[in-house]
Amino acid sequence: MVTYIIRRLIWAVVMIAIVSMITFAIFFLVPRLAGATSESLAARYVGRTASAQQVTVAAERLGFNDPLIVQYGRFAKGIVTGADYDYGPGVERCPAPCFGYSFLTRLPVWPDLLNRLPVTLSLALGAAVIWLIAGVATGVLSALRRGSFFDRAAMGIALAGVSLPIFFTGIVSLVVFSYGRPLALTAPGGSFTPFFVNPAQWAYSLILPWITLAFLYAAGYARLTRSGMLETMNEDYIRTARAKGLTERVVVFKHGLRGALTPILTIFGLDLGLLMGGAVLTESTFSLPGIGKYAIDAITNQDLPKVMGVTLVAAFFVVVANLVVDLLYAVVDPRVRLS
Amino acid sequence: MSFLELKDLRIHFPTDDGLVKSVDGLSFALERGKTLGIVGESGSGKSVTSLGILGLHKGGRAKISGEIWLDGEELVSATPEHVRTLRGKKMAMIFQDPLSAMHPYYTVGQQIVEAYRIHHPVGKAVARKHAIDLLGRVGIPQPDRRVDSYPHEFSGGMRQRAMIAMALSCDPELLIADEPTTALDVTVQAQILDLMRDLQQEFDSALIIITHDLGVVAELADDILVMYGGRCIEYGSASDIFERPEHPYTWGLLGSMPRLDRERTDRLMPIKGTPPSLINVPSGCAFHPRCAYEPRTDGKATTKVPDLLETEGGHLVRCHLSKDERRGIWENEIKPTLESA
Amino acid sequence: MSQSTESLLSVQGLEKHFPITKGLFQRQVGAVKAVDGLTFDVVKGETLGLVGESGCGKTTTGRLITRLIEPTAGKIVFEGKDISHMSQGDLRPLRRDMQMIFQDPYSSLNPRHTVGAIVGAPFRIQGVKTEQGTKKAVQEILELVGLNPEHYNRYPHEFSGGQRQRIGIARTLALKPKLIIADEPVSALDVSIQAQVVNLLEDLQNELDLTYVVIAHDLSVVRHISDRVAVMYLGKIVEIADSAMLYKAPLHPYTNALLSAVPVPDVKRRTQRDRIRLQGDVPSPINPPPACRFHTRCWKAQEVCRTVEPPLAELLPGHQVACHFPENTPQDAGPAEPVAAAGDAGDQGIAPGVINPVS
Repeated sequence: MVTYIIRRLIWAVVMIAIVSMITFAIFFLVPRLAGATSESLAARYVGRTASAQQVTVAAERLGFNDPLIVQYGRFAKGIVTGADYDYGPGVERCPAPCFGYSFLTRLPVWPDLLNRLPVTLSLALGAAVIWLIAGVATGVLSALRRGSFFDRAAMGIALAGVSLPIFFTGIVSLVVFSYGRPLALTAPGGSFTPFFVNPAQWAYSLILPWITLAFLYAAGYARLTRSGMLETMNEDYIRTARAKGLTERVVVFKHGLRGALTPILTIFGLDLGLLMGGAVLTESTFSLPGIGKYAIDAITNQDLPKVMGVTLVAAFFVVVANLVVDLLYAVVDPRVRLS
Repeated sequence: MSFLELKDLRIHFPTDDGLVKSVDGLSFALERGKTLGIVGESGSGKSVTSLGILGLHKGGRAKISGEIWLDGEELVSATPEHVRTLRGKKMAMIFQDPLSAMHPYYTVGQQIVEAYRIHHPVGKAVARKHAIDLLGRVGIPQPDRRVDSYPHEFSGGMRQRAMIAMALSCDPELLIADEPTTALDVTVQAQILDLMRDLQQEFDSALIIITHDLGVVAELADDILVMYGGRCIEYGSASDIFERPEHPYTWGLLGSMPRLDRERTDRLMPIKGTPPSLINVPSGCAFHPRCAYEPRTDGKATTKVPDLLETEGGHLVRCHLSKDERRGIWENEIKPTLESA
Repeated sequence: MSQSTESLLSVQGLEKHFPITKGLFQRQVGAVKAVDGLTFDVVKGETLGLVGESGCGKTTTGRLITRLIEPTAGKIVFEGKDISHMSQGDLRPLRRDMQMIFQDPYSSLNPRHTVGAIVGAPFRIQGVKTEQGTKKAVQEILELVGLNPEHYNRYPHEFSGGQRQRIGIARTLALKPKLIIADEPVSALDVSIQAQVVNLLEDLQNELDLTYVVIAHDLSVVRHISDRVAVMYLGKIVEIADSAMLYKAPLHPYTNALLSAVPVPDVKRRTQRDRIRLQGDVPSPINPPPACRFHTRCWKAQEVCRTVEPPLAELLPGHQVACHFPENTPQDAGPAEPVAAAGDAGDQGIAPGVINPVS
């Protein structure tokens, strides 16, 4: 078991390193292959008004003339220990983890990202709780009453849920529940109150995005739970459980659901990991200042360091989620512990 | 009344393709301390019968009629909740493949403890001690350690022993074993059969053993019931069935299996065709399309279901041939070829 | 039984060890010795049965012979060619001559292909025939295995278990192989169907002059179809002999125990039978017991069994056994033929007057 954990941990670190290499390659290597020079890369750092000579100097100082491997080393070192950027007039310290400076705001990327993290985390975790409970409960009920009216209705709604895009359901819900309604369910766009400042206000500002996002995922989880339950309830061990004289409730929840939940756990971890790297559509639709919104803004402004920062943070969450799922799997399924 | 008595039990499943008559008018009786072997091929209805007795045939859709009397209580008309309280306590079941029949996420001990505590209001520690006792009784070495193992950590034979321990946890008076040794190696099968024999004597329970293997039945059963197409086609004591079988299907089964206790025969004598689907059970005698003696019945076999009639001393046969015809065929045609070298 | 003595398949010192890895760096800590030194010949036209309990390596042996997996050591000679380490490309022409029948007739047939496509596939793969020629050939084979040739366009799910196994056999026969390896060919079938398939295999052998290696756990089925039988235990052959001899007077205690464990459909014998009950399970092939692998479960085991591995020696003509204290020998007072000197296992002295049932 210990070696299993260590092996998974090492694997996660290796994954993150590989992701950083790929990110680096996308942002520095690919432009070069497309014809960019050290100067054209540096030009973005010094602004449009800079002279050709200033650009050349900047390119040298930023190290764009060094071999790629050295550049990657500097990039990686920046993330781990922080970096100093020498723009000419002065040296600016970019503390670890340093993903570079925004072209636009001239501010380091990381503190900005860190500010937006609570929004995305609140959104993702809140929605996850709702969709997990709603989806699994619906799925279990549907499976137990297969073919009933409830089952058909739930699966119909679920089909709608997975098919409708967030920007549609989100806007519909805003129109119906928010704009100009006396009992507006969400605060006017763009506001976010941190949990520790005012929990009630926090929940109030997030309730609509939560439900919209949860609807999309709950639909998928309901379908997944339903098919998983249908499969496990046909397992021999369910028949054994019944033959022991257990009550149907124990059979369903202790024996059936336990077996059906394992694959759901895997997907849940990955979904959550993905969302923590930014729920782009939801955040845009509800104007929530989260990482997804940050990414969209960065892309529209071609603010390369920001995009890179978001990419790495998102990848980090996915890798961590994967790791957590793997470890949880070993807890849930004793058969995994052996290998 | 006998300890267990089935009267005209029918279990039918409506499906999209038609009505599946898995069990179609089955009656038999079994006393405490006795073993009944139910023999049949796939789709004969033998497994559904056992699930029906326990009330485990798939609930809503199945149509069940007839009577199941267990120790003076009728189960078909009893409430599902009442049957549930009997399950595991008064009647228990051993399944074929112990790996898939045990929950992979719980330890063997947890699963036995659960079976015990649902019927006995005792604490976890007491139930655990009981589980360890049981594991020891069924021959699992170091039961106090193995109680915390998961099913996949056991070998096939050990798993089946654990399964038996689980079934025995509440001293059931009726034990049903559905193909208990089919998934096991021969040497392990022999151990398990010995164990079941010993335990039955110890507990004085009624045992139903369901199998396709005539050898297994011959080892354990006092009485044997041969099923075909959802019906009993022959019933009798073990010596009736093995020494004086009267139904052509039973002859076919005996002729199909190579036997280690006889000289090697040149050729096996298989039954032609395949077992019927339970949706389209052939009219008349369900076996007639495969029966070599069907022409001797003047067409009766294709139209009329033969009655299950007593031929001698509790030996029942469902066949249109007359008793003398059947005995003649067995003595002169079948027996000599089975025993020829 | 008129057999030529020409061996079609010859296996020498065959080994297959599957590595077990452990720890962070997946370093090899041991091996599952699935097959650990097998030597036997299969003569043209005969049926060799391979029996043993789960984990004895019989299935691995079948897959080694057909080179679905590559042996760790040893030699497999088929028709005089050493195929032990032949590349898949070089093996292709030989695959025609050596076919396999699998246990589960359903999972080994592609559910989306018609019977015609399944049975005809070998022709197409080997590029043997035209489309029209293929259809005719397939229908001939279907008829040969007792299926209706008009069912050419049906799918596997439309057939019963026994018929599916016939489809599997038809596919195997498509290219007129010389050697067929059948891995548990009847164990998934109903009793009455088993007998049909067993008879079919025998008929086909006579008609097409086939050679079989039949791998099975069912000792009665193996006795019925085999000319010779090899009993395996933990990756090794413990006894190999003519079928009649082996079943009548087994020399190895394990064989004896196996035979005695088979339930027999005879009520009278229930009380009379002399049973040998082996204790426990087959040990793990990861760390098999040293020397004689059976000593942990053997009631005759002595010190020598734990220290010296008994060689597979020909104790009676055509009857090889690997045991220090064989059964059914004069010392054992068994019912075997009187053999004068059967002292230690290496002794090949055969008493005059012993009738060899093979010839």
